[in-house]
Amino acid sequence: MERAAVELVGVTKRFGDDVTAVDDLELTIEDGEFFSLLGPSGCGKTTTLRMIAGFEFPTEGSIRIHGNEMGLKPPNERPVNTVFQSYALFPHMTVFDNVAFGLEMKKVSKADVEARVRRVLDQVQLAQRADARPSQLSGGMQQRVALARALVNEPEVLLLDEPLGALDLKLRQNMQYELKDLQSRVGITFVYVTHDQEEALTMSDRIGVMSNGRLLQVGDSHEIYERPTSRFVADFIGDINLIDGEISGSGSVRLSNGVEIEIPAGHDQSGSVTLALRPERLAIHRASDPPSPGRNHMKARITRRTYFGDVYFYDVDAGFDQPLEVKEENRPEIGTHDVGVEVTVSWTPDAANLVTD
Amino acid sequence: MTGAPVTPELEKGAERAESRRGFLIGSPASAYLVLFFAIPLVLVFVYSFASRSSTGLTVLEDWNLDSYRRLLDPLVVEIFVRSFVLALITTAVCLLASYPFAYYIATRGPGLRNVLLILVMIPFWSNFLVRTYAWRVLLGSDGVISQISQALGGESIRVLFTPPAVLIGLVYGYLPFMVLPLYAAIERLDWSLVEAARDLYADGWTAFRKVTLPLSMPGIVAGSILVFIPSLGAYVTPAILGGARTVLMGDYIVSQFLAARNWPFGSALSFAVMFVMLIAAMLYFRAGARTL
Repeated sequence: MERAAVELVGVTKRFGDDVTAVDDLELTIEDGEFFSLLGPSGCGKTTTLRMIAGFEFPTEGSIRIHGNEMGLKPPNERPVNTVFQSYALFPHMTVFDNVAFGLEMKKVSKADVEARVRRVLDQVQLAQRADARPSQLSGGMQQRVALARALVNEPEVLLLDEPLGALDLKLRQNMQYELKDLQSRVGITFVYVTHDQEEALTMSDRIGVMSNGRLLQVGDSHEIYERPTSRFVADFIGDINLIDGEISGSGSVRLSNGVEIEIPAGHDQSGSVTLALRPERLAIHRASDPPSPGRNHMKARITRRTYFGDVYFYDVDAGFDQPLEVKEENRPEIGTHDVGVEVTVSWTPDAANLVTD
Repeated sequence: MTGAPVTPELEKGAERAESRRGFLIGSPASAYLVLFFAIPLVLVFVYSFASRSSTGLTVLEDWNLDSYRRLLDPLVVEIFVRSFVLALITTAVCLLASYPFAYYIATRGPGLRNVLLILVMIPFWSNFLVRTYAWRVLLGSDGVISQISQALGGESIRVLFTPPAVLIGLVYGYLPFMVLPLYAAIERLDWSLVEAARDLYADGWTAFRKVTLPLSMPGIVAGSILVFIPSLGAYVTPAILGGARTVLMGDYIVSQFLAARNWPFGSALSFAVMFVMLIAAMLYFRAGARTL
């Protein structure tokens, strides 16, 4: 089983003549990986998941699971299971019967079904509620039943369609850790669809960011956050300052406010570029402070200060169309800056990324 | 009242006002039901214990159970069993014919769905009696069925005035009462449940059997009761299509009131039919509820 868990080769899905939900997708998901498909609603991530599950078939291209071509195989003949967004628990069956459903379909012996269902219900801490109906359970419990119902079949790949979307914030955060733990324990490949960047960043081994049916960037959380390659990815994940500029020499850019700054080495672009800078990578200094070596500097004025408890958000006017956002921790040694004060904003060249449109 | 702090008394008063409003809104319907349903029903019940004079007049004295005793007469039992079986078959045929159709409608796009639903309801726009008479033309010895048979070199067929003719008429008449509740039940089905079953290795047929069918049970129960009850007491259809030899409960009750002028026995028959309907409906509801 050294082969990739899921391979999508040139997968395109069109609905009717004018809706292209998924556009020429190339993606390889490794065995045992926690892979997230991240994007706004309508970006094609759920359609991609449904094609892997077999609820939809690609208009073009090929899907392989551990090397086996899926073609037009119906869902019941694929070695994958799905955790649905709304859980889709059978309301007319008990928790036990819900979880046992897949095993019974596969004609597993009664004793084995009993043992395996009990074990997985134990794992999700629902052994006591085996005889309850789904409607008698809380949202979090229903979520765990849905998970148990899929995992009990020991699928080669587990597909999860925004499984935490219906839970409240606290529960969602707890479930994030639980899911990640569970995944590393069982070692099954997870393909996780979400529009929540925090979920994707905290849980995934790798993330694929989608927009308008296209896969824009694939990488681990760190790469996606620190090294976005496109304006969309930079903007969709976290807060970001996007600054227009012009390449003015090797390793330098003249920004639209006229300031010339250094950029990280290794870029071969020329002409117009967009610079992406995270608010927390910018620092604010008093105008009288001496410039620190190795950093880009820019004169600016504080136009707004917002208190978030753990951090301050500053809007600073540095001569661009939009104010720059700067995020500083709420620590006495950093200090605060008042609105209207002239300051200097600085960052290290490698904090900036050149992104494409 | 504005600005006064809320007290338990005030809240109770508001609740009382609310229930008074509910009663007022319901009162026209309640009055109608009491006047035209409850009172006549009580009258029928009272009459069923009355006796009959030699000239056929109902005498409201000498209260007795003779009419109920007569229910066990083999002739009455035979008519009853015939009606019961015919109503069962009608219900079964309606269910088998309607389910695929209701499923088809419920799974179409909104546009086509509305057109199909209107088509189901169009027959209601013309008179039931007229439509039943139309079947007389179709099923008679020179009707369409007979003509087709003859064109194919067969014999002339007369379905009219046989039990199958009544069955055809009943199924035709009550089909929409089965289609509509089935449609309503299937239409609000959560299709992700069917997908979940497919995802858990059920083939299409098994997913239908294990998920779609049990979850559409409320529609099956409602439709079956809506068809079974009027079929059991049907009068018009058997009278027009059944002929003299297929006497059913509806005919028989009418004949007791009109021809035989035995109102106490007619009343007892009516109550017996109602009782059976009630029991059947209760059993059916309970069976339906268990699957959910």
